[in-house]
Amino acid sequence: MCIAIPGKVTSLLDEYTAMVDFGGVERQIKLDLLGGCDDALLGQYVLVHVGYAISLLTEEEGKETLALIEELMEGE
Amino acid sequence: MSAESELLEKIRVLSRPVRIMHICGTHERTISRYGLRDVLPAEIEVLSGPGCPVCVTPEEEIDRAIALAESGVIITSFGDMMRVPGSNGSLMDARSRGCDVRMVYSIDDAIAIAKKDPRSKVVFFAIGFETTAPTNAAAILRNPPENFSLLLSHKLTIPAVSELIKEIEVDAFIAPGHVCTIIGVHPFQQFAEQGFPIVAAGFEAVDLLLSIVMILEQMNGSGKYSAENAYPRAVRDEGNVRAQEMMYRVFEITDSQWRGLGTIKGSGLKLNPEFAKYDASVIYADLISEKMKNISYEKSASSLCHCAEILKGKEKPDNCPLFSKKCTPSTPVGSCMVSQEGMCYNWYRYRGADSA
Repeated sequence: MCIAIPGKVTSLLDEYTAMVDFGGVERQIKLDLLGGCDDALLGQYVLVHVGYAISLLTEEEGKETLALIEELMEGE
Repeated sequence: MSAESELLEKIRVLSRPVRIMHICGTHERTISRYGLRDVLPAEIEVLSGPGCPVCVTPEEEIDRAIALAESGVIITSFGDMMRVPGSNGSLMDARSRGCDVRMVYSIDDAIAIAKKDPRSKVVFFAIGFETTAPTNAAAILRNPPENFSLLLSHKLTIPAVSELIKEIEVDAFIAPGHVCTIIGVHPFQQFAEQGFPIVAAGFEAVDLLLSIVMILEQMNGSGKYSAENAYPRAVRDEGNVRAQEMMYRVFEITDSQWRGLGTIKGSGLKLNPEFAKYDASVIYADLISEKMKNISYEKSASSLCHCAEILKGKEKPDNCPLFSKKCTPSTPVGSCMVSQEGMCYNWYRYRGADSA
């Protein structure tokens, strides 16, 4: 429930909906809590919780967290 | 030398007898999975608090959802919530009796079900802390169809911590990272001022070790404590202000009942009058009260389990007579054994049932 994972915004679909790439898997998520879709969010890393971006991450932070998660998955 | 071993070395240098409580199920998962309790100095005790929303949902609230499902309403919820027993089985059990209970990943999946069939009655069982509540607020502000409503069971972290510190013996807290993403670090400052160092942490082993270093540094320092942020990559000190505004446009604060902790003043959310048309407890009040009138909570199976004490960090899972015997992840009796964020689930999975 508290789990949130980072992904990269790849396209904007409507006022609130975007496609986000989670390390190769793309899903629709909502951007309401970051102010809705804005071209400035394209290519940005966001932290996603239950289908909603809750926080913006810098590219470096996003990649670093994704790398950590990949490492964890390999260790499963 | 890895970051983890550097942090552990720092902890060994700063170590002192201390009881640190985290209040987040995902923190418990990381701590259990990496066996952090085993590598920390023995005098540093890390306790698990009431930080898993699935675990703190009381039987009554689950029974209300089941009452609606039994009345022909489509109940949607997150996966974990479906297996937590109410007084007479779980939502999953209701589904096996023929009720329409569906697992969703997001509130928007539930809204899509309502849109697809306008004649259906679709209720989203809205659980979760401050991290989840704004997502539900955002969905409501987008005007979902009128055959969609929310059965609210949101809980707020700050009032629960205020209650906990009155009755438990802890010295410091690790604050939940993703709750802090929304509400920021400032609301936790009041606990620092009451004598509890508190540090917001992320969810990797390094994040948790760093938060322990920061707590020990505060305790070894001048004696003036503060709420600090060990998770700046996702948490701004003021939080996500837009999300806070959306949350309190749609919801207002109310009292709420917690499993194991009883009713805590101001610890829940209800819909503001403007959005009452989305409140399942109002729309379906008659259906709920009709089904609930004969339920007694005194003799239910889970009243034998020690979830209440475990949620307050007063007992460990293996103090519970049901742990790993009658209560296992495949047949959970208490809520703490259901979720991947539950203390008992993690204890069972990562320490092995034979340690009980």
